[in-house]
Amino acid sequence: MISAAQTGVPAPVLSVRGLTVSVRNGDGPALVRDLSFDLAPGETLAIAGESGSGKSLTSLAIMGLLPSALRSEGGQVRFDGRDLLTLPESALRDIRGGRIAMIFQEPMTSLNPVMTIGAQLVEALDAHETVSRSKARARALTALVAVRISQPERRMGQYPHELSGGMRQRVMIAMALLLRPAVLICDEPTTALDVTVQREVLDLLRDLQRETGTALILITHDMGVVAEMADRVLVMRAGQMVEQGHVRQIFSTPAADYTRELLAAVPRMGKGCGARPVPASAPVAVLRDVSVRFDIRSGLTRRVTHRVHAVESVSFQILPGETFALVGESGCGKSTIAKAMVGLVQHDGRIELAGRLRGSLDAQGRKALCRDVQMVFQDPMAALDPRMRVGDLVAEPLQIHAIGTPAERRARMFELFDLVGLPRDSAERYPHEFSGGQRQRICIARALALRPRLIICDESASALDVSVQARVLALLDELKRDLGIAYLFISHDMAVVENIADRVAVMYLGQVVEMGCRAQIFGNPQHPYTRRLIEAVPAPDPDHLRPAHLRPAGEVPSPIHPLGAGPVRMELRDIGGGHLVALPSSTMESAA
Amino acid sequence: MHRYRFVLFRPLQFLPVLFGISVITFVLVRLIPGDPARILLGTRATPAAIANIRAQYGLDDPIWVQYLYFIKNLLAGEMGRSTLYKIDVLRLIGTRIEPTLALVGMGVLLALIIALPCAALSARRQGRIADHAVRLASTAGIGFPSFWLGAMLILLFSVRLGWLPVSGYGQGFADKLVHLVLPGLTIALSLSAVLTRSLRAGMIAGLQSDIATAARARGLPESAVFWHHVVPNALLPTVNLLAVNIGWLIGGTVVVESVFALPGLGQLMVRGIFTRDYMVVQGVALTFACATVLINFLADIVTVALDPRVEL
Repeated sequence: MISAAQTGVPAPVLSVRGLTVSVRNGDGPALVRDLSFDLAPGETLAIAGESGSGKSLTSLAIMGLLPSALRSEGGQVRFDGRDLLTLPESALRDIRGGRIAMIFQEPMTSLNPVMTIGAQLVEALDAHETVSRSKARARALTALVAVRISQPERRMGQYPHELSGGMRQRVMIAMALLLRPAVLICDEPTTALDVTVQREVLDLLRDLQRETGTALILITHDMGVVAEMADRVLVMRAGQMVEQGHVRQIFSTPAADYTRELLAAVPRMGKGCGARPVPASAPVAVLRDVSVRFDIRSGLTRRVTHRVHAVESVSFQILPGETFALVGESGCGKSTIAKAMVGLVQHDGRIELAGRLRGSLDAQGRKALCRDVQMVFQDPMAALDPRMRVGDLVAEPLQIHAIGTPAERRARMFELFDLVGLPRDSAERYPHEFSGGQRQRICIARALALRPRLIICDESASALDVSVQARVLALLDELKRDLGIAYLFISHDMAVVENIADRVAVMYLGQVVEMGCRAQIFGNPQHPYTRRLIEAVPAPDPDHLRPAHLRPAGEVPSPIHPLGAGPVRMELRDIGGGHLVALPSSTMESAA
Repeated sequence: MHRYRFVLFRPLQFLPVLFGISVITFVLVRLIPGDPARILLGTRATPAAIANIRAQYGLDDPIWVQYLYFIKNLLAGEMGRSTLYKIDVLRLIGTRIEPTLALVGMGVLLALIIALPCAALSARRQGRIADHAVRLASTAGIGFPSFWLGAMLILLFSVRLGWLPVSGYGQGFADKLVHLVLPGLTIALSLSAVLTRSLRAGMIAGLQSDIATAARARGLPESAVFWHHVVPNALLPTVNLLAVNIGWLIGGTVVVESVFALPGLGQLMVRGIFTRDYMVVQGVALTFACATVLINFLADIVTVALDPRVEL
């Protein structure tokens, strides 16, 4: 910063040359190979890539924080006229936090749970400057005010678990900017956050950068975030740079094939093709006034004093062969609906699946219902027993329901492998031998084994890299067309939903606030919360006109109510063509 | 302070636990073969005298009536009379509880003094010679039985070097402390082995955690990263491990007190069993069980104090 101002030439603050990271004593390929880039003062450089591309290792190598099993074995990281890779630990310590700061993806696991926010801020300051206790506290408080946290004074005495995810990331940013570093490295800073919170944190980062002139290295897999934030982009793949350039050039005329593929795979808003008309027939699922509430007990007698109103009076139906999407942010109750549908939580109201009323079934009937309704979860590795061969995993539902002879089951298993595009000879292997996308295919094959009429996909594509995600979504779409199954597609990602859904219901605090076909929801969003969600999605286009600053959302109101009280129920009104919108109520207006 | 409200109502939840303990100790002692009246009067007692005693002590009543008498007496602070010492069992326990408490306290204190630095050394030099040495020593500590370890310590420090007394409890605070060093060390060597392993694992995980990486990225010196961010989080699971082990230790004092001739509850228990002094056995067993309940309660309080996330 200072040198640039003095000379008038934008000499880079940070200059990386030929950086190579490899496994200590290992002879495998280097994890980062021959990486070079410059970071100009005040600019934002995005390092984009999919998982395993080495983008996070690059940031750790710059900070000298590589795990002990790895080492940077070549190249230079020049900062302030010194090579960080050869600096002794004590000199590096002054630079870390003081001159180059870093924030991480998971604010919860990066903050110490047993130390107050204030103590952690003061400690970070103490590590670099000798200031009095009261002065340090005052500066910590100023930093919290700067990141626009509500009630900063109170936050100082709170512990990390008492704050929401967005507030925790604000605290991390406050801590990073406490000492006015020349460079701030953000490693997936908004990946763990809800989309509206992501929008606020991105806005905050951009504003703070403008005020302080800090150069930003933004590590992300999200091309939307790249387009919004970056001045320049460096695309990485398998430890190597694919290309780098100005953000407009990367998005409009990418030079490398990989960049083109990556950009093509990104789900885009406003690109959803018209919904296919579904022939009118008996619905596979009908939900009427479904509510799920969890009791909170307290006091001496463990009496129920409060209830979590997770789902409140939700009604919808799903027709055969359609994809019905439930969207909303974390805690809105979308996954709880799925759990109620498969019988994992108790519910009030009517849930009718494949013509049978869920509540009226005996154990036998509930088992039979599993044949018609199957689930695919978010994390395929957690959903697959690591000690079973994948062929057995896929055939297991058939075995549980005693369908066919072993030979027939085996034949069906191979059929399913063909259907989801897995090689037949992989049936003898174990889940850990597959990639994330392949594992999700295994889960889909298992869900298909019983020829269900409805598959509930709970964030099934959310944990996957974009290119893999695009292929899994295409597979789901293809299976729907060929087999005529219906999906309940649960997602937080508006762009994905716009690309796959036929009909959409938007949920907020346990209630549906807007429901309609894809064109109605995305083309003519009526409810303020739906608009907020759509506007918050970062567009993978640097020239996209961003809406003016959204009003800060503040905290989502609590779904916990005292016994006897409850949330204000929203009435859905048809504004034409089956487009249902919640009547504006006072609570929603103030929140959205 | 609402997080500490459980201190008020948790003792109510002890009631069913204490009921269970009282039933089990009562029944177990009655299961010991032999007629207490005959033991009281000796082998040459006349049947009439035995019948007399049986009636006097209510031994002919149904067992649940006997249990109700037992509870009634217990609530009045009566645990019966020791046949050997000829005094009230509660008073007897009162005179013998101090050495046992002091022994357990000394053992836990020494164990922590050994375990914390060993675990820290081991975790920060993982895979190096110091780490291997600590791990070997802790395996050995778990492996050696305390009666053997105690005897070896006596041989070395008392017989060979003459630094510490061989056995007994002594008079006065300083003298008692000196007498407690070897028995305390015997307990500490095996207890610290268990604690070291748990702490070491927690610290190694902590050193590789995001918390530690984020703290280093803020420029904190490694010592601050370790003592402020790694150790407090590694201590949390160890508190419960320690509570479980103290419960087990209280039973273990039976052996250590015998080896070092400490006049504590453990020794009282052993003598009570050998002389069929059933009231003493019952009273000491009850005391041990209640102590275990109390220690777990204390561990809960410590956990809440150390971890702001815990609500009980």
